[in-house]
Amino acid sequence: MATPSIIGQKNKKGQVYTDPWYMLHEAPRTPSFFTGSEVIKEAIRRASVDVMIAYPITPQSEAAALIGELFAEGYVGDYFRGESEFAVMSECAGAAFGGARVFTTTAGPGTMRAMENFPMWAGSRLPIQMIVTCRGINSPLSIQPDTLEMAYLLQTGMLVWHAETAQDFYDWILKGYMVAEEPDVHLPLALCCDGFFVTHTKDMVELTPADMCLPPYDPYRSPVPCMDMECPPVRMMRDPFVMKSNYISYATHASWQQEVWAAVERSRKHTIAWLDGLIDAENVESDVVIVASGTAVSQGREAVAMLADEGIDVGLVKVKTIRPWPGEEIREATKHAKHIVIPEFNIIGWLAREVKATIPNNERVHAGPHVAGGMTMPPEIIVGEIKSLLGMKVETLATRGS
Amino acid sequence: MSLERIKIAPELYDIMPPEYQDLVQRATYGKESRGWKDIGTTKELIEEHSLCAGCPESMAFRYILASLPNPEDTVMVGSTGCTSLVFPHVAVHNIHSLFGNQNAVASGLKRALALRFPGRIKDVVVLAGDGATVDIGLDMTLQSWFRQEKFTTICFDNELYANTGGQESGLMQKGFVAKMAPVGKTFEKVRLPEIARESGCHYVVNCTVSKPNLVEKVVKNAVYVAREIGPTYIQFYTPCILEIGKNSMEGLQEMRDAEKPNERFAYKEYVSDAAKELLAEIAAKEKERKAAAKKQLAGQNA
Ligand SMILES: Cc1ncc(C[n+]2csc(CCOP(=O)(O)OP(=O)(O)O)c2C)c(N)n1
Ligand code: SF4
Ligand SMILES: [Mg+2]
Repeated sequence: MATPSIIGQKNKKGQVYTDPWYMLHEAPRTPSFFTGSEVIKEAIRRASVDVMIAYPITPQSEAAALIGELFAEGYVGDYFRGESEFAVMSECAGAAFGGARVFTTTAGPGTMRAMENFPMWAGSRLPIQMIVTCRGINSPLSIQPDTLEMAYLLQTGMLVWHAETAQDFYDWILKGYMVAEEPDVHLPLALCCDGFFVTHTKDMVELTPADMCLPPYDPYRSPVPCMDMECPPVRMMRDPFVMKSNYISYATHASWQQEVWAAVERSRKHTIAWLDGLIDAENVESDVVIVASGTAVSQGREAVAMLADEGIDVGLVKVKTIRPWPGEEIREATKHAKHIVIPEFNIIGWLAREVKATIPNNERVHAGPHVAGGMTMPPEIIVGEIKSLLGMKVETLATRGS
Repeated sequence: MSLERIKIAPELYDIMPPEYQDLVQRATYGKESRGWKDIGTTKELIEEHSLCAGCPESMAFRYILASLPNPEDTVMVGSTGCTSLVFPHVAVHNIHSLFGNQNAVASGLKRALALRFPGRIKDVVVLAGDGATVDIGLDMTLQSWFRQEKFTTICFDNELYANTGGQESGLMQKGFVAKMAPVGKTFEKVRLPEIARESGCHYVVNCTVSKPNLVEKVVKNAVYVAREIGPTYIQFYTPCILEIGKNSMEGLQEMRDAEKPNERFAYKEYVSDAAKELLAEIAAKEKERKAAAKKQLAGQNA
């Protein structure tokens, strides 16, 4: 049965539902000077979001409040402040179970507070989009940028992407829905960025036309029934699996976990198309290759330029998605490298662990430099680490001026 | 209309499970006068359950499902606990996600359904245990009431954590000796019905499930008020016969004892003025409907 296309029709704000590929790849763009938070607002203005649920936590509070303004203007169907991040994520789940396109934002302790929800979202196949503006989760209390929380998201079954710039953020919010809502994916997306560095700095961003928006979410493309009593309800099973200690029960749980992770894998082909690959690789014929995600990529790029001035050739791999994990791509991009340098904004080095688990001869991986707790990562420290790896003399703070 | 939605394509009819064929032929979806008296005479919306034999929760489930005014447009939200063993057998869409988050899920769900189906009835009914409602989920229970979310919250109060083996809960009576209350519970049973009233619920009832007609009445009222006005709350005593040491056939007597005057489940209700008005309107219409039906019947017999 052919359903009439919604493309070309207008929403109540007069925006035209536009073919997403055209909107994001071909439609004219307008350069605009915005903070990361404002960029989130502009992306959501064009995302045909039904429900946004908000809760204040630095550094995402501004973005979450700006979406409230969009709601007041009529661009978002419903919006409210929940009572805690745990509740917010469950409210998001309820809205998604009910067939809505759902958006939320959180950070640091909020991510941790809500954690029980994330495997539930994935297992329930809810394509909710959650922006994570990473900040410290350590004690004593910190509000500063730190990506440690991402390590916890990696095993939830969610898609996890790591934006470097405000431009990534803008495009990926819109593309994120396209990937997450594919029937063979239908999973939640944690779209992460490094708090403050991306949210609170102004950047030039190329925006798509404000009178174009994504087509609305169609809950009947979900691989699991939408909980709206519009399709036949039957009892799901004779014996609830939760109580049965038998093989069928174990096999059911195991196969559903396998299916969730298979869906993460199936997102690969859609993500490659929309993001133009899971990684960007430059100059990877070099002996030294930096592999990084988030703003560590920007710092790595600076370091590459500084080293080039000194005649030292270094490659750069920008990792865009952590789930799905671009293992194949990273293996290929690092195959010539003698040294693989992985700068990170967290103390444990989760990206380095992932890379080490992926490539042959992983003694080539140099996990660092690491900064944490809000420290910046001057490109000089990446330069320093690379030089010392190459056996070159490095000026350190201690030797400076001596 | 509702039966239309669940109809089976003729080509697929013979391969559908017999209980589904039965549902299509005999369920009471869309029947205006549906109620507890249909139990046993039409296809019920609940199949067999996996609760302990004689558990009053199983009766409560049957009465509630028979009483929902519009099951064809009702979505239920459960929580972890003994109730979660029953929901997989229930023929209305229902959501189990986590333990204690039921009122948060229902808040999001109700708003999504309101947005997607403007002008149409889509009832949301939460059904969860006392541990879920009062202990681990209390903030979400109360906050949904503060926000005036338009759905019904039903608590199966068995005064303990049954599913994990009989631990102390906030709705347990003071002095009761249980797991994790080794010297007896030291504080009073939480007064959630009063808290519900103060938190903005428009219709609050505290009672047992010993009388199916009473269950039918309060469930219908609670759903109607939630649909039109705001949050409603029912606290049903559904004793855990297993953990209080009763036999399968003793549940009913336990409830009757607990609902005597001055006992903790003596019938108690609170109805806001707005809800009173609405319920009076509905009662008047119902009376008219019944009179008309009677007249028609008399005409047919004449
Ligand atoms: C986060 C979390 N904590 C604890 C549990 C364990 N748990 C499962 S059911 C339950 C008790 C349920 O008690 P109640 O809500 O009163 O329902 P009942 O079983 O008594 O009907 C508990 C503690 C869980 N599933 N999830
Ligand atoms: S444990 Fe208690 S509440 Fe649970 S099914 Fe058995 S009798 Fe009912
Ligand atoms: Mg209980």
